[in-house]
Amino acid sequence: MFDIVSFIPRAIMQGIPLLFGCTGETISEKSGSLNLGIPGVMYVGGICGVIGAFLYEQSAGGNVNGFLAVLIPLLACLIGSLLMGLLFSLLTITLRVNQNVVGLAMTTFGVGVGNFFGGSLIKLTGSDVPSIALSATSKYFSKGLPFGGSGAFSKMFLSYGFLAYVAVIIAFVTAYILKRTRVGLQLRAVGENPATADAAGINITKYKYLATCIGCMVAGLGGLYYVMDYASGVWSNDAFGDRGWLAIALVIFTLWRPNIAVFASFLFGGLYILYLFIPTGGDMAVKELYKMLPYLVTIIVLIFTGMRNKRENQPPESLGLPYFREDR
Amino acid sequence: MGSNTPAVSMRNITKTFGTIVANDDVSLDIYKGEILSLLGENGSGKTTLMNMLSGIYFPDSGQISINGQPVTIASPREAFDHGIGMIHQHFKLVDVFTAAENIVLGLKEEGRLDLTRAGERIRKICDTYGFDVDPKQKIYNMSVSQKQTVEIVKVLYRGADILILDEPTAVLTPQETDKLFAVLRNMKKDGKTVVIITHKLHEVEAISDRVVVLRKGRYIGEMKTSETNAQEMTNMMVGREVALNIDRPAPVDPRPRIRVENLTVRSSDNVLKLDDVTFTAKAGEILGIAGISGCGQKELLEAIAGLQPVQSGSIRYINDDGTEENLVGKDPLKIADMGVSLSFVPEDRLGMGLVGSMDLTDNMMLRSFRSGKGIFTDRKTPRKLAEKVVEELEVNTPGVSTPVRRLSGGNVQKVLVGREIAASPTVLLSAYAVRGLDINSSYTIYELLNQQKKEGVAVVYVGEDLDVLLELCDRILVLCSGRVSGIVDGASADKNQVGMMMTRLGGGASDE
Repeated sequence: MFDIVSFIPRAIMQGIPLLFGCTGETISEKSGSLNLGIPGVMYVGGICGVIGAFLYEQSAGGNVNGFLAVLIPLLACLIGSLLMGLLFSLLTITLRVNQNVVGLAMTTFGVGVGNFFGGSLIKLTGSDVPSIALSATSKYFSKGLPFGGSGAFSKMFLSYGFLAYVAVIIAFVTAYILKRTRVGLQLRAVGENPATADAAGINITKYKYLATCIGCMVAGLGGLYYVMDYASGVWSNDAFGDRGWLAIALVIFTLWRPNIAVFASFLFGGLYILYLFIPTGGDMAVKELYKMLPYLVTIIVLIFTGMRNKRENQPPESLGLPYFREDR
Repeated sequence: MGSNTPAVSMRNITKTFGTIVANDDVSLDIYKGEILSLLGENGSGKTTLMNMLSGIYFPDSGQISINGQPVTIASPREAFDHGIGMIHQHFKLVDVFTAAENIVLGLKEEGRLDLTRAGERIRKICDTYGFDVDPKQKIYNMSVSQKQTVEIVKVLYRGADILILDEPTAVLTPQETDKLFAVLRNMKKDGKTVVIITHKLHEVEAISDRVVVLRKGRYIGEMKTSETNAQEMTNMMVGREVALNIDRPAPVDPRPRIRVENLTVRSSDNVLKLDDVTFTAKAGEILGIAGISGCGQKELLEAIAGLQPVQSGSIRYINDDGTEENLVGKDPLKIADMGVSLSFVPEDRLGMGLVGSMDLTDNMMLRSFRSGKGIFTDRKTPRKLAEKVVEELEVNTPGVSTPVRRLSGGNVQKVLVGREIAASPTVLLSAYAVRGLDINSSYTIYELLNQQKKEGVAVVYVGEDLDVLLELCDRILVLCSGRVSGIVDGASADKNQVGMMMTRLGGGASDE
């Protein structure tokens, strides 16, 4: 029997990092910045949170304050991913370096930074296993809503750590801002046609910088959620896997709409762990085949998006292109 | 023109791009309530000068004053604050937005984004001046003339008193142009000031009160439109005497070369592009093709060149000895080898035919790369060809190793047309060969086409300017939404009649 009550929470928890990454990348892409550094940014967001939590746990000793235990890793994560965003913006917006190159370099860089500090921390703790556990801090991150009970409904909808709800709220708020507000209209104009936006008196550089940096910070939270809540505070190098790339694929799948991303990320999360819930007996080979599902779906989705012709569903027109006003 | 203080006064404006001096010490006054023409060839700095007024560029030196007050205009927003709005040649519109969204874009209004209220204001502006805009329509669903209207409404919505229009008629049919001019006159009556950048003399005469001439970035002179004439303006613009007549040598021994019968073409999304088109193009004559944009000219030329799948009908190539070959279904390469040459100048000029980031020599090679020996290409011949084209067509370029993208539009077109002609074709298909070109370059191109005609080439010329079509072509095929509206004689046809035929099938009487 398929256990839906335990499947849904696992799917959602699997989907939340993707949702953060996808919303962040959407914000960035709407301004015309194709940030392929998102996997690296999420990685850096994660490790910065870990460093913050580690330092706090070390200094606090036994008595960990819940408020600080959340605030410090959160700030560390936001600052880390902001720095990544600033680096990407500086290179691509101010210096007009090719976005693909910078993005790919940043992913490599971010993963390297993460593994370097991760490895160092693991050495510092002198643990036997190649991982570092921050269970004291993680406890506060994964605490469910206070009014949740133990029924099936509570289990499926009220049992998540606060960051999961933050992810959904950010996604819906972003969708609203993009569609309904002046700022959203102007941001979309910047990504579609910067020359037009410029002629309309919109500060292109400001919008691009802000969108890219905010996007990176949102994506960075995905890394933080992954370590602190999903992985219960256990950091081991490379455990984050290819979630960053899935998040970027998700942006295309959701047609640059964060409100769709909420459901799409849960769907992807479900596909990611489906193999655990389908009885395959002892046949490991079949399990491996099920593990392919998210990637298979990504490829199928890309094929379908390639076939679509409606103009509204296309990527922002100047996505990936630098803008320089006096370019002739 | 009543008051003596100019609404805008530009003094000693200089602007350079790298080593190129776009404007050199230009001084210019614009008075309230007048329609001023800014006349000049391509690259004479008209657009650059106005871009400095609208905040796109910033002058290197010089002073701009508005109503007598010295001002600095550092950005488009500041230009709006001074009541200056510019309608650019390449529309500054976001395709996936609606008209209303485009119009309110960048405005700092109080409160929430309210597109319904904006829509009402847009309707009011439309009623005042006689526009027709649906605020909810998406830009990509609009015709060129509708897009232009949105641009004008956008500027008026911002409360602009001074409107600058950069070559507004380049993309319009004669009827649409008349409509635009009527609107501009309404604005003038309303006290607005209009500056229109153009290189079309008859438009200067039709609409403006005063004309200012620029040449090579310098101010040459100004006069009242009523006190000047086309010849004088041309001479000032070009800097020497120019004959304004296009030659039309009588066709020598015209023989049928391409016979198109019942040609029907559908686009990939199954829209009928050409419907039962029948005509003959003769060697030694120029066949003009007239029609509003999107009426099937592009598909017709591409079908002949083998680039467009044909649904039914035949295209026959008639050899000198009278034998016929069907071109339908033939490989474009083979068709090109038979001497059918296509030079299509799309709106962005580089889209088909030339590669922007490659230099002149490499672009010449695009036609000849197959003729090299073994695995190596022959670079010497194309280089010589490039040098020849540069010299004969007076292409303004630092050298043959300059990327084509860096050249100005007119020069790019010369390179393209020059290369196609160098292939010594028997059929020359040319579309929009003079699009956006100034008088001087245009006449060079007409001259080239005429030369080909004299050499017995069947020239098919798709053009936008009806006046030119009527002066240059021996016969004109008028297309109307993919069907032949009629074929008229170039020498005897009447402009209005052709204009009617472009918009309505048959339009008037047709001969042949």
